[in-house]
Amino acid sequence: MTAADKASAAGSSREQVLGRIRAAIGDAPAGEVPRLDPALRTYRDTHVPDDPAVVLDLLAENLADYRAGVHRCTPEDLAATIARLLAERGARAAVTPPGLPRPWLGAIAGTEVIDDDGTLTAQRLDAVDSVITGCALAVAETGTVVLDAGPDQGRRVLSLVPDHHICVVHAPEQVVSSLPRALPRLDPRRPMTWISGPSATSDIELDRVEGVHGPRTLDVILVSSPPRSG
Amino acid sequence: MRVALFLTCVNDMLYPQTGRAVVRLLERLGVEVDFPAGQTCCGQAQYNTGYRRQAEPLVRRYAEVFDGYDHVVTPSGSCVAMVRDNYPRIAARAADEGRDEGLAGAAAAAVPKTYELTEFLVDVLGVTDVGAYFPHTVTYHPSCHGLRMLGLGERPRRLLQAVRGLELRELPGAEECCGFGGTFAVKNPDVSAAMGQDKIDNALSTGAGVLCGADNSCLMHLDGMLRRQDAPLKALHLAEILASTEERPYMAAETTGKIR
Amino acid sequence: MSSTYLGLPSFPVAAAESTRDEQLRANLRHATHTIRAKRATAISELTDWPELRAAGAAIKDHTLAHLDHYLLQLEAAVTAAGGTVHWAVDADDANRIVAGLVKATGETEVVKVKSMATQEIGLNEALAAEGIHAYETDLAELIVQLGDDRPSHILVPAIHKNRHQIRDIFSRQMAAWGRPAPDNLTDTPADLAEAARLHLREKFLRAKVAISGANFMIAETGTLVVLESEGNGRMCLTLPETLISVVGIEKLIPTWQDLEVFLQTLPRSSTAERMNPYTTTWTGTTDGDGPTDFHLVLLDNGRTDTLADSLGRQALRCIRCSACLNVCPVYERAGGHAYGSPYPGPIGAILTPQLRGTTTELDASLPYASTLCGACYDVCPVAIDIPDILVHLRERITEQRRGHALERAVMKAATWVLDHPSAYALARQTATRTRHLHPTELPAPTPAKAWSNARDLPRFPGRSFRTWWKDRPAGEAPHGRPAREDTTR
Repeated sequence: MTAADKASAAGSSREQVLGRIRAAIGDAPAGEVPRLDPALRTYRDTHVPDDPAVVLDLLAENLADYRAGVHRCTPEDLAATIARLLAERGARAAVTPPGLPRPWLGAIAGTEVIDDDGTLTAQRLDAVDSVITGCALAVAETGTVVLDAGPDQGRRVLSLVPDHHICVVHAPEQVVSSLPRALPRLDPRRPMTWISGPSATSDIELDRVEGVHGPRTLDVILVSSPPRSG
Repeated sequence: MRVALFLTCVNDMLYPQTGRAVVRLLERLGVEVDFPAGQTCCGQAQYNTGYRRQAEPLVRRYAEVFDGYDHVVTPSGSCVAMVRDNYPRIAARAADEGRDEGLAGAAAAAVPKTYELTEFLVDVLGVTDVGAYFPHTVTYHPSCHGLRMLGLGERPRRLLQAVRGLELRELPGAEECCGFGGTFAVKNPDVSAAMGQDKIDNALSTGAGVLCGADNSCLMHLDGMLRRQDAPLKALHLAEILASTEERPYMAAETTGKIR
Repeated sequence: MSSTYLGLPSFPVAAAESTRDEQLRANLRHATHTIRAKRATAISELTDWPELRAAGAAIKDHTLAHLDHYLLQLEAAVTAAGGTVHWAVDADDANRIVAGLVKATGETEVVKVKSMATQEIGLNEALAAEGIHAYETDLAELIVQLGDDRPSHILVPAIHKNRHQIRDIFSRQMAAWGRPAPDNLTDTPADLAEAARLHLREKFLRAKVAISGANFMIAETGTLVVLESEGNGRMCLTLPETLISVVGIEKLIPTWQDLEVFLQTLPRSSTAERMNPYTTTWTGTTDGDGPTDFHLVLLDNGRTDTLADSLGRQALRCIRCSACLNVCPVYERAGGHAYGSPYPGPIGAILTPQLRGTTTELDASLPYASTLCGACYDVCPVAIDIPDILVHLRERITEQRRGHALERAVMKAATWVLDHPSAYALARQTATRTRHLHPTELPAPTPAKAWSNARDLPRFPGRSFRTWWKDRPAGEAPHGRPAREDTTR
């Protein structure tokens, strides 16, 4: 088959499929832009009260339910918390995305910090113990953190290959209660990873066990200022 | 209130005692029951096996035979589901084919007045204690049509719980299909029998003497398996339990021995 | 569909064998009952479940009603984002496209994310014929591939294997495919998962080409979405240079915001989780992050035939959660292989005969593989009325296939009798008069024999209801008759 034949065959598959679809559904009126009737969306926008403290507690509860380590701290304690988690893990090396705020790393001792310059290969990352990232958003009802490859999150491979992921969430600004509230705040043109607990499988007797290919340990740090007194 | 009994073809052929029990029960509750002789079958077997058009004459017959009655009561959940869910579909599909042939009117007339027995007792008559007496241990199989299509919910159990002398035992896996499924029982006999076996094993595990249901087609399948295995459990329609009183108690049938 | 499924026996024949496999029955019972209770709990957390279900159905129906429009929108968006879109009318078309794309890279190995569409078209076999080795990376798919087996469940293709059997397969077969299983591998799920992690990691790290499906495609943005649990999907979607996604045309939804429905309903229906551990979304290619070459193969393969049936097209709403399998009493006893397609259980019984047609004994037997108990419809997160479609397909089969002539004649005669009360009365009376001649079981291979293999035939009563009714004194009091005659069964 020549290249021209191939191009023509591909064109014909496209026209065949579209032609079959049009025959199957009947021709819609020309020029009509379909729009789903918004009245069909009768489900709830959220299932939790609009109270940031309640939402944050629910996020913590749901993350822990799926075996993420949940650690709450103030902005002042963030660097110490990250350092403690790396030390407890015994991490020799940790990778960071280029836009991760440097003050977060200020208390680390005994762990080599490797700044991703975009050239680290998967093989190289396989020898790195931990990764530290921020996130784009967290969803309380599902216990999910969303990474959208922003500057403090980096390439998707960073949070995939190392076996230990430390993810920092700032509350309340990065926490939403529900999926309907999460989606408008995310840009689908960016590559995204939605993470709800460490990797898991239900493939053996339909019972969930944690830990397969993705990071087997997920530590989520929920950073929030203490409520002001008075 | 003009009330007609729709006996159904299975009961007409095989389980007349269920029909007699319904009549006695309803009359005891002060309902005047009629039995229009022109009735035959709802058409479920034809429809479910893929012969929709063969069910059409039976849709019209049903509407004609029960014309003029306020309520049609039947001791078979699957036949009620046939009328309620599928008669309108049969009419709609005929309309899609450019036909009506009286089907839309027949379906519209049949649906609102057709009641499964426990619906009629609880919703129309407003009774749960029908004054019955049945001194045996009973476990109840809800049947798929009653459970999922009609949403009978707690009605049958509330009726049973009000029966004096009756001890109701929970049936494990009650919501699961018994494996009858009309022609499924002969088209897929091995799976059907496997499902039936699990159902009767669950029923036997309760230690009850009676496996009660509200649909004789399911009970025919289960009873056939119980009799083949000579199991110490009797399949019995709910109407026969509700018809039983201290003055006229239910007595074990001639063919299947006594309730243990 | 794939040659893997050619020449398989009809459902009742295959199921007759599998119902006798005690190990299989025990494995399926354990797994399906485990997930049933969990699913019910997960769904009870959402008070608006019925509304989410209705919205999911409405979004899918709307998309299908304008499928050409949305596919063109998707094509434009993917292309603008640096991807290449291919269209495939059938399995051969799709396999040819994918094999050509892999060969163009010069690679002879690919890693795969679990994908129903590529199972449906038999892609692995087609690639093998071209000298390309496809490695399955989902744990259950790995079990199936190492065991030279066929998948038997949409979500958990190795559901028919228990942990002991999985341990044996890993210990025996992993060495032939790459890194061997650890010595003294135990059958605890955590150890089995660890063995899979070690076995597959070297493949992920060296892979240059990956093949995936997708759970959703977003028309307005050209975004593809893959939900998974293990991280093998992230590995395949992120590490290789070339990514080829084969996706059925019905996987489309109009907008990014529409995900708010399906990301609530799919994980809870599927693995009974509030959310699956990992969801990856990508739009074309991104500089410096993930594959540099992205191809989307849009697959018809019978979907437009399904779309042409205004009732049966509901099956195209399916989001492959497998909740219907997990509650199906027939699936639980017959097992997934009896359905002879990658789509077992209730959804398979309505999807396969629509995608493949009903020309084979197997495909024509699938719509009958149900008691119409309705459990599947109750749990379906997009409200596909599976029992209604089963009946509809039975009608198609009785009209189109030979071999139903006798049944058709019987049904016709039955209707005639039932529509003529005097004939009906005669039939009833004859049965009653000859009752003492009726056996409790039958010798000949008839439908009645199929009944009486496991059950006694029902007995015909001595006295009909109509006789009793007719003989009843007018205005008979409720207590006017002896009870004994009421008990004849």
